[in-house]
Amino acid sequence: MCLAIPAQVKSIDGQQAVVEIGGVTRQASIQLTPEVRVGDYVLLHTGYAINVIDAAEAEETLKLLRELSEVY
Amino acid sequence: MKFIDEYRDRELGKRLIARIHHQSTKPIKLMEFCGGHTVAIFKHGIRQLLPKTIEMLSGPGCPVCVTANSDLDKAIALAHLPNVIITTFGDMLRVPGSYSSLQLAKAEGSDVRVVYSAQDAVYIARDNPDKSVIFIGIGFETTAPTIAASIQQAEQAGIKNYYVLPLHKLCPPIMKSILDIGEVNLDGIICPGHVSTIIGSYPYQFIPDDYGVASVVSGFEPLDILLSIDRLVNQIETGQPKVEIAYRRGVKAEGNQPALKLMDTIFEVCEANWRGIGLVPSSGLRLKHKYQQFDAESNFTIDPGPSREPKGCICGSILRGVSTPLECKLFGKTCIPEHPVGPCMVSSEGSCATYYHYGADYGG
Amino acid sequence: MEDRILLAHGSGGKLSHDLIEKNFVSTLGNPLLNKLDDSAVFELCGRLAFTTDSYTVSPIFFPGGDIGKLAVCGTVNDLTMSGATPLYLSLSFIIEEGLPTNELEKIVNSICQAVNEAKVQIITGDTKVVNQGAADKLFINTSGVGLVQAGVDISGANAIPGDKIIISGTLGDHGIAVLSKRQGLEFNVPIESDCAPLNRLVAEMLQISTNLHCLRDPTRGGLATTLNDFAKQSNVGIRINEDSLPINEAVQAACELLGFDPLYVANEGKLVAVVAPADADKVLAKMRQNRYGTEANIIGEIVEEHPGRVIMKTHLGSSRIVDMPVGELLPRIC
Repeated sequence: MCLAIPAQVKSIDGQQAVVEIGGVTRQASIQLTPEVRVGDYVLLHTGYAINVIDAAEAEETLKLLRELSEVY
Repeated sequence: MKFIDEYRDRELGKRLIARIHHQSTKPIKLMEFCGGHTVAIFKHGIRQLLPKTIEMLSGPGCPVCVTANSDLDKAIALAHLPNVIITTFGDMLRVPGSYSSLQLAKAEGSDVRVVYSAQDAVYIARDNPDKSVIFIGIGFETTAPTIAASIQQAEQAGIKNYYVLPLHKLCPPIMKSILDIGEVNLDGIICPGHVSTIIGSYPYQFIPDDYGVASVVSGFEPLDILLSIDRLVNQIETGQPKVEIAYRRGVKAEGNQPALKLMDTIFEVCEANWRGIGLVPSSGLRLKHKYQQFDAESNFTIDPGPSREPKGCICGSILRGVSTPLECKLFGKTCIPEHPVGPCMVSSEGSCATYYHYGADYGG
Repeated sequence: MEDRILLAHGSGGKLSHDLIEKNFVSTLGNPLLNKLDDSAVFELCGRLAFTTDSYTVSPIFFPGGDIGKLAVCGTVNDLTMSGATPLYLSLSFIIEEGLPTNELEKIVNSICQAVNEAKVQIITGDTKVVNQGAADKLFINTSGVGLVQAGVDISGANAIPGDKIIISGTLGDHGIAVLSKRQGLEFNVPIESDCAPLNRLVAEMLQISTNLHCLRDPTRGGLATTLNDFAKQSNVGIRINEDSLPINEAVQAACELLGFDPLYVANEGKLVAVVAPADADKVLAKMRQNRYGTEANIIGEIVEEHPGRVIMKTHLGSSRIVDMPVGELLPRIC
């Protein structure tokens, strides 16, 4: 369940933000991620940002994937 | 698309699959709990790429599939009330209740509108002050905070005609139920990704601690799922079950604290009726007394009539991972997407719909 | 002219006549239409293709087009997909009382542009106005007639194992453009509907190859529906490659957002062609020279195995079935 996709925050106005993915923009609520800043990537679920994506962790995961598959 | 495309890399995928083949020596059963994972697994044809030692089972992680008939009947009864606008996620529109569906109610003249966001429902309430706008609140812990946020938004804006029918369910209690029922001997569980974004990973600790079952919190891209399967195989082969977060860019161990606080402000835990499973204690959410003015059932009188289950439908045992859709006598014959008998065939991520659309384990 | 269309505009009296003469005929006029007889009388020799379609799209204006352009291109394309040269169209309006007149004018202008591009003529028409609530702003019906040249035999039942499958461009543009304006969804996409007349493109394809077996425009239900139709009509199997499907990044993103599969999203200015393997490359090259085929690609082939089924090789290298969609596409949370 729970379709949520990464989108970038382009602007913030109070508890609302404009987010963008692949050129598509939409209004989103940031009530659940009050700490978010413009430029951050968030997971967007039904028009709400449900977390701020940790870019460092994302890179770590890719590194892990490359390491694990090295021998194969 | 950033944070998506990188996790669909074919080369990395091939090599990860080879690694899983190499690591997996004994037959094991893994359950992907979440319907979104079921769809991703079938869409990318992952099952056929795995070694024969790994048997994948689909669990009850489809909030539409597990909505009890009696609850759906309530939603439909509300739709028949005068001056009511029902707002719902698209997933619920075609699910058959005991006698009807929201789609049928719409065709019969009820004002039923599909919305993408609970926030849209609040705006509809704001723009239609002479109507009562009722939002059908389904979903697990990923969605519940968004409904809570919509109620908070309505409260702050002084909107008095917005109501919610809370049918939310919680994941850890149902996972415990499945393990307790013990119908399938699971070796590992692929834990839901976005539910965990909200609740974190601590709530799954009972899985390895009390049941010795491996668990990994997984994302939804093909590489995420393969990585999670790799981690599960590793835990099982080394005999070290634990809770591991593979979806590190989307999940922190402590979850989303502001979201959890908001849920705790608006909702309280209660018993819930899971279709095909029955009553499970402390597995649902209802509005706290302080927020009763937003609760649909407290504010409207309805008589949905006695609920009834369709004969021959085995969605229940499919949801528990005991049967596959292929074992259902109705599957593909009287129960097909155009005229579904049970919810697993209607929901876009129900096991039956997924098997039907993507062709079970089509191996090419 | 009044600000809004009234019931009187459809009742046959002076207001009706004014509407027809000052709006429709003055913009769309041609010798046959100008006669304003009860029927248009003309001569045609040969095999005729005849089609009809009704257009109820909402909203009536969307990025890249409107219901008028759609009504012309849709019918022109239906004729074209049977290998016909489209010639004459009928145009029927059902207008909801209260529609702003300038909106109707915009749509008629749009229709005019479309018929000029497609080089067809509207030779007969009808106008009705209904009470508020009895229609959703505007419904249009167009019927069309065209000539099929001798020797041209194009049908969904003609696919043969070995044939190649070509798509003329990117998937899902129209469906996403329309959805982006629908109430309750509202998002901004940097893409427009691909609504376009394809008769010139097909004429060029037919010039270069006499081995075009099937043609269809993948409208409602998307590419998946068209391929399944071919597979069933011809009783053949179809294999396609996920990596060969041309999809705009914005369409992909919008589909991810809403939980759609681009294979099921509607197109309005695209075609799927099934071509004998010897001619596939030259047909593709010709298509890419046309403005409506620049992103054309070979996406798969017809096979003997699994007749009636469409199988897709995924990006990861596995295979899965591509089934028909059920009902309308609904945004999902799961």
